[in-house]
Amino acid sequence: MKREHNTARALDRKQKAAVISVVVLAGFGLGFGAAHLLAGYIAYWDIVSGPFLLSLRVTFAAGLIAGATGVASGYVLAKARFPGRDVLETIGSLPIILPPTVVGYYLLEVLSPGTAAGGFLTRVTGHVFVYNASGCIIAAAVAAYPFCLRAARTAIEGVDPLLEQAARTMGLPNWRVALLVTLPLARRGIAAGLTIGFARALGEYGATLMVGGDINGKTRTMSLAVLDSFTTPERDTMLLILVLMAIIAMTGVGLLGRSRA
Amino acid sequence: MTPALELAVARQIGEFQLDVALRVESGMSVLFGPSGAGKSLTLALIAGLIRPDAGTIAINGQVVTDCARRTYVTTQERRIGMVFQDGLLLPHRSALDNVALAVRQASGRRARRALARSWLERVGAEGFADRPPGSLSGGQRQRVALARGLAGDPALVLLDEPLSALDSAVRRELRTLIRGVIISSGVPAVLVTHDAEEAEELGDVIIAYNHGRVTGTRIVERTVCSEPPPGAPQSNGPV
Repeated sequence: MKREHNTARALDRKQKAAVISVVVLAGFGLGFGAAHLLAGYIAYWDIVSGPFLLSLRVTFAAGLIAGATGVASGYVLAKARFPGRDVLETIGSLPIILPPTVVGYYLLEVLSPGTAAGGFLTRVTGHVFVYNASGCIIAAAVAAYPFCLRAARTAIEGVDPLLEQAARTMGLPNWRVALLVTLPLARRGIAAGLTIGFARALGEYGATLMVGGDINGKTRTMSLAVLDSFTTPERDTMLLILVLMAIIAMTGVGLLGRSRA
Repeated sequence: MTPALELAVARQIGEFQLDVALRVESGMSVLFGPSGAGKSLTLALIAGLIRPDAGTIAINGQVVTDCARRTYVTTQERRIGMVFQDGLLLPHRSALDNVALAVRQASGRRARRALARSWLERVGAEGFADRPPGSLSGGQRQRVALARGLAGDPALVLLDEPLSALDSAVRRELRTLIRGVIISSGVPAVLVTHDAEEAEELGDVIIAYNHGRVTGTRIVERTVCSEPPPGAPQSNGPV
């Protein structure tokens, strides 16, 4: 009986040792593989960091511009009664319908110092808006704007007008009704539109390519760097950029999910 | 004496034609009649939520609507308080915030909230000041709506069937509360109802409506004993 018991204990020890060995070996293997991959990616970080940081700047600025103008114009389209409202919304939605390169062409016509409109704009502001980060921001904002506009209009139109009337009987001026009643009650729809707008700004490349020029270290965003990596042997760079973009997108969606909860 | 409300208005909506003339003094005036008689439309015209086709409206002597002169004072500038059928409290704000937002006479957030809290106490709603409207019962919501309607120091309070969505027990209790609070506040009120018992119990004057016309006016006889004591809502607690 005692002998059987000792045999069982010896087997148990052997099994434990085997499991530990496998875990340690697997750990070494994974660690070595991860270190190897990391070393490879660190080598590419210099190439990736510029487009990554520029994309963050462009996305943030363009998202803010598109969000503010989209919500404001969505509010006007939802509330004001004037002929041609739907025509205005259709014009505002053109960046969704038109190919990005066509949007980029129109933007070049408006912004480039060589054109009448662009020359006037440059003289008035004292700033050139093409082939620099400003051009990238404008292109991304124009691409993101329709998503913010349409989501905001739909969400604001969905707010019960009786609640706004009740707020007016409380003596609240119209701007306070908008800030304290309408926009808070439409916040979920607006937040969804802003999220899509930010994502669109992050992924914009067609108009950005034309207005920004894809200048390495100056106007090359992550989306453009992915495009460029197809024509070079730096496919690992592309992989890292795609992972970074996926992380940013997932973080955004996660934050939206939390705000909705 | 300047009437609290004086109006003579006409408004056509589809087939329906409203054509009424009213004069309301202090106390509680009740617009009584069947559904579709034009009572709530009259309140919306007084509040400036809808414009009449023709006529004039004066609140406390101030002309707020005069179609001939194209005078339309905005709802916000009419100094009215309004209690709606289902409360219409702002769902994303607490009960206290709903009342504090209506306070016009105090400056500063703390002063407005203190005044709002005192109104919630007067209607027996201080116990749920911090709760959102969605978590309140129908009776509790109407208490908060009543406090909100009175908190802005209005020249006139309009109550649009404030009890019709409540069950009979709560309705009886809130009738006493509404009359007590409004009479003690001294603010003239116009209440709309299609319930004859409610009209008798709440009104000092009953103005009968039918098919968009005023068909009669009657002063309700009240004995001194039946009058609720000033300033004290006769309620045993929150409904």
